[in-house]
Amino acid sequence: MIRPDAPVLLEIRDLQARVEDQPILKGVSLTIRAGEIHAVMGRNGSGKSTLSKVLAGHPAYTVTGGTVRYVGDDLLSLEPELRARAGLFLGFQYPVEIPGVSNLEFLRVATNARRAGKGEEELDTFAFEDLVRERLQVVQMDPAFLERSVNEGFSGGEKKRNEILQMALLDPLVAVLDETDSGLDIDALRIVAGGVNHLAGPDNATLLITHYQRLLDVITPDYVHVMAVGRILRTGGKELALELEERGYDWVDAELAALERTPAEVG
Amino acid sequence: MASSATVGDLVSQPYKYGFVTDIETEKIAKGLSEDVVRLISAKKNEPAFLLDFRLRSFRQWLQMEEPDWATLGHPPIDYQEIIYYAAPKQQEKKASLDEVDPKLLETFEKLGIPLSEQKRLSNVAVDAVFDSVSIATTYREKLAEHGVIFCSISEAVKDHADLIEKYLGTVVPGNDNYFAALNSAVFSDGSFVFIPKRVECPMELSTYFRINSGDTGQFERTLIVAEEGASVSYLEGCTAPMFDTNQLHAAVVELVALDDASIKYSTVQNWYAGDENGKGGIYNFVTKRGQCRGDRSHISWTQVETGSAITWKYPSCVLQGADSVGEFYSVALTNNRQQADTGTKMIHVGPRTRSTIVSKGISAGHSSNSYRGLVQLGPKAVGARNYSQCDSMLIGDQAAANTYPYIRSQQPDASIEHEASTCRISADQLFYLQSRGIAFEEAVSMMVSGFCRDVFNQLPMEFAAEADKLLALKLEGSVG
Repeated sequence: MIRPDAPVLLEIRDLQARVEDQPILKGVSLTIRAGEIHAVMGRNGSGKSTLSKVLAGHPAYTVTGGTVRYVGDDLLSLEPELRARAGLFLGFQYPVEIPGVSNLEFLRVATNARRAGKGEEELDTFAFEDLVRERLQVVQMDPAFLERSVNEGFSGGEKKRNEILQMALLDPLVAVLDETDSGLDIDALRIVAGGVNHLAGPDNATLLITHYQRLLDVITPDYVHVMAVGRILRTGGKELALELEERGYDWVDAELAALERTPAEVG
Repeated sequence: MASSATVGDLVSQPYKYGFVTDIETEKIAKGLSEDVVRLISAKKNEPAFLLDFRLRSFRQWLQMEEPDWATLGHPPIDYQEIIYYAAPKQQEKKASLDEVDPKLLETFEKLGIPLSEQKRLSNVAVDAVFDSVSIATTYREKLAEHGVIFCSISEAVKDHADLIEKYLGTVVPGNDNYFAALNSAVFSDGSFVFIPKRVECPMELSTYFRINSGDTGQFERTLIVAEEGASVSYLEGCTAPMFDTNQLHAAVVELVALDDASIKYSTVQNWYAGDENGKGGIYNFVTKRGQCRGDRSHISWTQVETGSAITWKYPSCVLQGADSVGEFYSVALTNNRQQADTGTKMIHVGPRTRSTIVSKGISAGHSSNSYRGLVQLGPKAVGARNYSQCDSMLIGDQAAANTYPYIRSQQPDASIEHEASTCRISADQLFYLQSRGIAFEEAVSMMVSGFCRDVFNQLPMEFAAEADKLLALKLEGSVG
């Protein structure tokens, strides 16, 4: 839902980042207001996953330039856990398994960390169990998954549902969902997308990172951004995604080549 | 980038129990000789059989060599530089706690072990040992109603000499090994537990060992006897002040379980570990052995080893009675320059005996952590079974973990299983937890306690949470 007067939640300006010696992001700018759903599309290696990791604060990535304002704060100066407590959520493409740590306990500690960030009281184990059982329905997840170790032995689809369950518990202001559709069959995709749609509201925003149109068939974006070689090449409405679907990514290459030629010709 | 947190060196937070109690102490001159052995025995008015036991052990010790097979390194120990007996003055055992020096009560209170009537831990009886002597034992009368004897070993020598003479040194003989022989010669105090036939001990028993003096060794001796059909759960805890010098702690623990008896022995060891450069700390050379003497008897060791500069310790079970069961559950955490060589021996003598070993080693900093275990099946151990699981977790890239399993079987059809694994806390796992609002250090400790859960589940309820907290404290202050 686009409302020009809605408050800005995330404002990325000319963001540049590298991993080891390899520059990946080469100047990304993006403004996200409350109530909006954005989709960033692009080929593998375009830098779209890096963007999500940099926003969440992954230590393997080094920011080399630009700024990110998050609800008025300098996001990049915050430790990853503080970003999460402030309501930034990253849904992982490949959620890791953490043997020995109970999923229920993990969800409770995470939920309470976020509640502390909102200035809310901690939930005790009973109150939390009530909450988690209610939120399980958002992703139609079997309560048995609460008793297992975090993601251990979960199928690809179960891991993604566990991610959306976390999103449902953590009540994020900005949810960045990295390739949430990858590895999902059509039923699981519908459930996961249903969860995302259910959680999207006028006060929060969603940034979908995806390779394929099929996710956008079930979650309608307000904006679609096409990313290539570390930059946002084009921004449009949902029809841009359909165009990509039709024409493939080849025209992006042509546009990119044109872009790279231009300065020389002009110069 | 703000996040500098990576899995790197881990620095312990300052040791919480490092204070010294200022109390007048009676000490004998340092050094070890036959006269010193006689002096200790005389101070305790011991019967002749015990002095004989000490002297025999001492003479054998003189002929023995300090063992060097463990994966441990330390400068030679000068046994003549150690004081073998130190006691707070007026240490005559008091009839009532009101008469115990308030400074001592205060010390234990500070350690989280309140001894006074009002503040006692409910349902846990505590024997408090300060340097070489026991200063108080709580709930004795209540236990006596059930026929349970729980007192210091010095008192047991006076009041229950027949039991001491019958059982002392029968599981760990005076010449068992170098450190056991030393202990047998000079042991000063420790706990004695006796559970009569068919009695289930109505409360947890616990001994808390505190070293206070700087130049003193602690040589305690514990003996637990469970008669036919009896059962008991016992826990020991230990701390010491921080000194720059290394202190020797050489204890012996003997457990005897008769037919259908069950003994559960848990340890939360938190001796001073030395500073981050490895200066100071306790040398912990301990012999612990339980004998399942009766049929269907059961001995279970659970240990959480977090302290000491050096840990040399192999709580063992001799499974003599038919169908007897031995268990060993261990978490050993080493950090900074700590060294641990620990494990167990399961000696299967009787038929259909069973043993389980679950060992979890966590190495951080520049420490070295070795599991060393023996599973032995003798000629009569028909149908015996063993299951061993040894897991190591490495934190950072400077720590070492070793596993030395020894298996000797004279049973061609025996079932012996051994599983081992090594893991490292990965940066991606930590980032995942952090990205859910969980701070770096809490994330490490969540993963560590997850790793240890199988063992913590074995601890008495009152202490499982304690152990969890202790590990978290030890790993606090991680820096990238």
